[in-house]
Amino acid sequence: MYEKHVALNAKIIDFGGWAMPVQYTNVIDEHKTTRICAGLFDICHMGEITVKGTHALNLLQLALTRDLTGQGIGQVKLSALLNNESGIIDDLTVYKIAEDSFMLVTNATTRERDYLWIKGIQLSNNFNCVLEDISETMGKLDLQGPRAEEILRQLTSADLKNLRFYHFLEAQVEKIPAIISRSGYTGEDGFEIYAAADKIGSLWNALMDAGSGSGLKPAGLGARDTLRLEAGMMLNGQDMSEEISPLEVPYGWLVDWHKDFIGKKALTIIKEQGIKKKLVGMEMTGRGIARHGYKVFGGAQEIGVVTSGTFSPTLNKAIGLAFVDIAYSAPDTEVSVAIRDTISAAKIVKIPFYKKLK
Amino acid sequence: MSKANPTDRFYSKDHEWVKDNGDGTAIVGITDYAQEMLTDIVFVELPQTGKKVAQGEPVAVVESVKSVSDVYAPVGGEVIGVNSKLENDPSLINQDAFGEGWIVKMRLSNSAELKSLLNVADYEKLIKEEKH
Repeated sequence: MYEKHVALNAKIIDFGGWAMPVQYTNVIDEHKTTRICAGLFDICHMGEITVKGTHALNLLQLALTRDLTGQGIGQVKLSALLNNESGIIDDLTVYKIAEDSFMLVTNATTRERDYLWIKGIQLSNNFNCVLEDISETMGKLDLQGPRAEEILRQLTSADLKNLRFYHFLEAQVEKIPAIISRSGYTGEDGFEIYAAADKIGSLWNALMDAGSGSGLKPAGLGARDTLRLEAGMMLNGQDMSEEISPLEVPYGWLVDWHKDFIGKKALTIIKEQGIKKKLVGMEMTGRGIARHGYKVFGGAQEIGVVTSGTFSPTLNKAIGLAFVDIAYSAPDTEVSVAIRDTISAAKIVKIPFYKKLK
Repeated sequence: MSKANPTDRFYSKDHEWVKDNGDGTAIVGITDYAQEMLTDIVFVELPQTGKKVAQGEPVAVVESVKSVSDVYAPVGGEVIGVNSKLENDPSLINQDAFGEGWIVKMRLSNSAELKSLLNVADYEKLIKEEKH
């Protein structure tokens, strides 16, 4: 794939040890193309871990915050993986392939940490199942945008029309065995397609050819970041970390309190005491673009930090996520951001910043 | 794709250009190669007029969607004018880096500094090396 990106004139950066394309043309063009037509993203850097065996579900029930007992085969569920202190190790998706077979899709930077942590839980509880990190042999392409279905339809006989959001099926795409999941990280309709790493190049070519009449363009990590931020989605390692619990970011909904899970004891204490800081959406009302790491002020008092910030190509203004004192977290609260040597006005807003039309 | 680099000015290794007006003042901007590398410029932070900078010090900031980059003063002096059109349309730099997309006007503190810069041939050699 690397050669392919270079041939497409992509700018390459190192991302967690992976040489990844940031952009092919420019971020705004790739971003808008994904919102209006479709974009194709090489997401091979993400981690995939399989969990198989009679106790696979027992292990995931204990390791993850989400109750998976009601999950159907072919369904995807987002969940949080916590440490003992209830800090977020990762936010990952769970694919239920069979009653005793699951695939976890993890962030690139945390996949080894995820694997070792879950493996530790398995060993200390004698769960009878097998964990395997298949990231090296499993590739992934994201086809995202309103025209994604009409493009993918040309290459598969799978019933995409009836494939609901956060559901997947196994099918051939241009004779390549694949998992097609209706999901993504852009706030648009689209698919995450998993296939053997050595088939990803052929799959990429087939999708680009099929999309040539629909305006499909390759899109890089730069557009992926602005798209996810407009959709109010967080990035692990930037908007959250092992120092932050799911209650302090908009992940309270991932916690199913009626069951036991690792980190529950510590999280219960946080819940009873109440949180002091919170991750919120923010938009600049003054000049400038808030970026990751910039300080946030309420009056003269420092009240938090910007975790993600960018110029929004769709909304044509500067937006971001910030981790702030709870007293300043309500929508419409006026705050300010230190941008180099100036202070610029901003306000807290609800997320997502952008929602696709149904 | 790239526009030709004008022969009537000097260039820095950091991809700024400076055009000597011959009256002790000069116009400063970034090159077409620089705007191509930065791609979509969405914000420009301009200095206050009257600001004094030494050669090589940051004099302005240009931001693309993903990046924040300092513009270094290719020569030292005092800022005596800024291109305020960039406040509403930063993409002027993308469209016309050597013309409408100029950034600041300066009064030179030492016009001999111009001689430390690259001429167009040397600058093009530099770009060629960077592309490899």
